[in-house]
Amino acid sequence: MSAVKPKPILRQKHFEITLLRLCHQLIENHTDFSSSAIVGLQPRGVFLARRLHAMLEKILKHKIPYGDLDFTFFRDDFRSHDSPLIPSATDIEFEVENKKIILVDDVLYTGRTVRSAMDALMQLGRPEKIELLVFINRRFSRHLPVEANYVGKDVDTIDSQKVRVEWKETDGEDIVWLLEK
Amino acid sequence: MKSSLSVNHLLGIKGLQLRDVELILATADTFKDVLNRPIKKVPSLRDLTIANLFFENSTRTRLSFELAEKRLSADVVNFTSSSSSVTKGETLIDTVNNILAMKVDMVVMRHPSPGAAAFLSQHVRSRIVNAGDGTHEHPTQALLDAFSIREKLGSVKGKKVVIIGDILHSRVALSNIFCLQLLGAEVMVCGPTTLIPKYISELGVRVEHNLRKALQWCDVANVLRIQLERQDIKYFPSLREYTMLFGINKALLDSLDKQIVIMHPGPINRGVEITSDVADSEHSIILDQVENGVAVRMAVLYLLAGKNEK
Repeated sequence: MSAVKPKPILRQKHFEITLLRLCHQLIENHTDFSSSAIVGLQPRGVFLARRLHAMLEKILKHKIPYGDLDFTFFRDDFRSHDSPLIPSATDIEFEVENKKIILVDDVLYTGRTVRSAMDALMQLGRPEKIELLVFINRRFSRHLPVEANYVGKDVDTIDSQKVRVEWKETDGEDIVWLLEK
Repeated sequence: MKSSLSVNHLLGIKGLQLRDVELILATADTFKDVLNRPIKKVPSLRDLTIANLFFENSTRTRLSFELAEKRLSADVVNFTSSSSSVTKGETLIDTVNNILAMKVDMVVMRHPSPGAAAFLSQHVRSRIVNAGDGTHEHPTQALLDAFSIREKLGSVKGKKVVIIGDILHSRVALSNIFCLQLLGAEVMVCGPTTLIPKYISELGVRVEHNLRKALQWCDVANVLRIQLERQDIKYFPSLREYTMLFGINKALLDSLDKQIVIMHPGPINRGVEITSDVADSEHSIILDQVENGVAVRMAVLYLLAGKNEK
């Protein structure tokens, strides 16, 4: 355990406002989502994606295609861990072909996750466009030239820190923590 | 999430724990999903080379392993003993070490001698997957059988499975007994007295010599082939008599007061242990077993390859 106290970066009220802003930014670009779909990245991006998806359906009052994407088999660090990475489920019921896909993840850090996710998504078909939405953007830490189209909050962090997004559904509270590893 | 097998090689079901089998089956679920996509390939093992060493004939298992390896993007080399230096008198360790010297990372091996895979795992530095060693074990077959039962009936726990036929010469039977018992199923073996090992009940399986009674008891019947190539003496008077006493036909199945699932590891001898109308009926999940075989083998290779000994 680290001796440094974890620091909250985003709390309940601000959390809600940020989610709502992201919804409206999405509507600005995708209008009625007639050829767009939301895809949450397993394992932790799906909480954000499901929340945004529910909010968007409530605002627009119609159904929007949604799916979960697992990209474990496409990661570039498969054999550099001590034990194999265990996959989660991919559950995408709609056709990806020619759709505008919005990939949703909680934290953007090195960009490697997003690279793997794009490869995994491309296996399901050829989307017209892929966009990226992240809740927390850890700036100045990229290993790959990847940037998000929609950002909840930018934070400046160092490698020894960790950002954890917690959700009401699974952790009991909507909050973002900055932790010392 | 991270989790890993308790073993470094897949030599048999006997060395596995329940959580290993559950991990393999759960990982196979994801691979089955991958196999139903337009692009059936993932890049996970792109940096590995796998050698398939088959010192004994095989169609299904070798093709299934080769497909599994290719779907995981591994490089594959194949070796069959009939066209190799084994016929010139080279030992097993020498053959394998020569192949490993060409920078091969994993070995999938079928061999006529029981314990060949275990022997090899002690003498060469490579991950070994047993694809059948004599009359001993055939672990991936047992895993894919369990996967198929789970897929068809929802779970394996509490199910009654009868294995019918040549238990004495069957590696599938032994691996199935271990695997099914680990997952909480009840197992029975059924066949002529001469083809059932004398002390098999020590393993906690029931023994039955009456086919009708066995079928009436079970939820799943796994039917085995008579392995004439392994029988050095006559174990029963004639194939015709065997068929009359232990062959499964439509009339027999219809006379039961319940529906049972029919499985067969292949190759089928139609008209001997099972009639064509049963093998092709809706009771049979024989082709599902073959389909699931690729997903289960992908899971085994993936989980073994991902384990580092650093």
